[in-house]
Amino acid sequence: MRWLLLKDLQILRRSPLLVALLVVYPIVVAVLIGLALSRGPEKPRVAILNQVPEGGEVISLGGEEVDTSRYSQQLYDAVDPVRVGSREEARELVRDGDVLGALIVPSDITSKLQSGLEPATVEVLYNAEDPVKAQLVRDTIKSQVQDANAALGRKFTGVALGELDLLVSGGNFSLLGRDFAVLGLGPAERILAQARASLPPSSPVRGQIQQVVDFARFARENLDLSDEVLGSVAEPIRVDARVVDGAGATALSSFAVALAVTVSLMFVTLLLAAGTLALEREENAFRRLVRGLVSRTALLGEKIGLAALCSLVVALVMLAGLALFVGLEWSRAPLWVAAAAAGALGFAAMGAAIGALAREVRAASLLAFMISLPVAFVALVPSGTVSGAVYDATRVVSALFPFDPALTALGAALDGSGGMLLPLAHLLVLTLAFGAAARLGLRRFG
Amino acid sequence: MIQTPATPGTAAVEGGAERSAPPPVLEAIGLSKRFGTRAALREVSLATHRGELVAIVGPNGAGKTTLLSILAGEARADAGTVSRPAAEIGWVPQQPALYGRLTVAENLRLFARLERCDDVAGAVDRMLAQSGLAERASDRVETLSGGNRQRVNVAIGLLSDPEVLLLDEPSTALDPRQRERLWEFLRGLVDAGTAIVYSTHQVQEAERHAHRVLVLADGEAVYSGSPRDLEETVGASGLGFEAAFVEFLRRRGH
Repeated sequence: MRWLLLKDLQILRRSPLLVALLVVYPIVVAVLIGLALSRGPEKPRVAILNQVPEGGEVISLGGEEVDTSRYSQQLYDAVDPVRVGSREEARELVRDGDVLGALIVPSDITSKLQSGLEPATVEVLYNAEDPVKAQLVRDTIKSQVQDANAALGRKFTGVALGELDLLVSGGNFSLLGRDFAVLGLGPAERILAQARASLPPSSPVRGQIQQVVDFARFARENLDLSDEVLGSVAEPIRVDARVVDGAGATALSSFAVALAVTVSLMFVTLLLAAGTLALEREENAFRRLVRGLVSRTALLGEKIGLAALCSLVVALVMLAGLALFVGLEWSRAPLWVAAAAAGALGFAAMGAAIGALAREVRAASLLAFMISLPVAFVALVPSGTVSGAVYDATRVVSALFPFDPALTALGAALDGSGGMLLPLAHLLVLTLAFGAAARLGLRRFG
Repeated sequence: MIQTPATPGTAAVEGGAERSAPPPVLEAIGLSKRFGTRAALREVSLATHRGELVAIVGPNGAGKTTLLSILAGEARADAGTVSRPAAEIGWVPQQPALYGRLTVAENLRLFARLERCDDVAGAVDRMLAQSGLAERASDRVETLSGGNRQRVNVAIGLLSDPEVLLLDEPSTALDPRQRERLWEFLRGLVDAGTAIVYSTHQVQEAERHAHRVLVLADGEAVYSGSPRDLEETVGASGLGFEAAFVEFLRRRGH
């Protein structure tokens, strides 16, 4: 068998285009994924027209000065801002496609924020020619405005709570540079109680004072509760994210790496296994080989081994390359090897089955390509995006091919999210099943 | 059914000379094979001896390739026996079974190793010399002409120095010059004692080169003997072997 293995390696060495493709493809995928993960998404280019006059960004709330430019800066940081001088200029840039959208901050925004009588409004212009980009601009600006709203809301609430506290407990209050002493409901209640006690028991004022004391107590006790109410209003929904499954979900970067490696592993292994097996028939060598020189099972084992070995090397090189961009734990390298090897074996057995079925190199390559793409897509369908029945069907289909368990095993190997045993066992079963199918196919191969 | 003698006392050879025949190096008895409801071979027997060239001739679908495939161990007979295991028989399939991206020498070396030859380098050198391809040893097979590929194909069949060599339509797709060179090569092997059994569509080729022909029709062996005997059997000596062959089949209802 080793002579056949050496022969196949020799043939591969003499197929520079194929080898280049097998080497270049994963490198390109690795570099693209790496760059995408290391750079993050591109910021949308947005024209900004800020009509608020210089120094007018500061508003006074409850005696405290709030610089609203802090909140607008958050928005500018989220986009690639292009400062413009007029509404017309902003409109023109949007129309010409120089920017994806424009944000117009009117001059009266701070006075409206200050008064609190009517909501302050910002204007967004965008070009709807490209719906994807338009959506991106809308989402980015909306998200940043909501963040600013929330931050301002918290600020307003803080000020209101301070004033309520002043009302309940009393203290000093500063307005327009002058300080005022505020009695507060608590001290007022105490003073009134003392005044009531000093009156003769028969005094008719006693009853009236008692009513005022009761009212002061009632108001103080209820206003004491209002801070919680105001806190809830300021942030009606809080996000409390919890991990349901003990080990946690795969990190996005690890998932992207696992996905890139699994896709490359799938293509390289399927094409190699299917192609090299079909080549034996195309070169008419199969019948000569199996008439006593080598058994069909050994020939199949050689093809599966060759494809798995070559693609494992490619996968590990790819992982090493991606580690330059993404922080992968090198201490987990033995697990990477185990996951990639199991995945490679599963794909190799599937490729051999395709090669045995197609029997010609071109047909085998085409079939491998046509099967692998939908298998990958089906495995990546997230729950909730399709109906329950369709999702269940995608799970069943995914379970029949090595892509899904290989992706799961590799994801687990990279960052320890979830167990590896189950996907590895799954891959073993699929390797045996596809190996048996390929062996059956070889009965009518010659 | 006509059966060839299991141990013929004599075998006719080209030029009319007779020589005493040693025991057969390959003997098949009562081979039958069905594909579904169709009988591809019906109790066909064949024996061949050292230094003998046997041509299997017959119309398309007569069972020539099926018979050779069974003798070569590529297919299994439903009934009948073959005296020699496939590993001891040299086999040259109709289409050259070679790796185009390997050189001539690499192909020979690979198959010599798979054949478990004791002296791989010696076997390769011997076959390069015997096939006249020593100068092309480093050339990739994909760059060779059809004739030279067929010579490599035959050389691979001979790597284990078999006593019997089977060839399926060896001269198909070769031009007359390439065909002549191939037959020169095969005659050299026969002179060295190798028994050769080959199938062919070229009736004249059988007449010219074979010591004996086995005529198959509808899976049945209908004649076994020298080409000259067939002409005499038909009574058409003046017409030539091809006409006698056609007439023979016509009379047998084929």
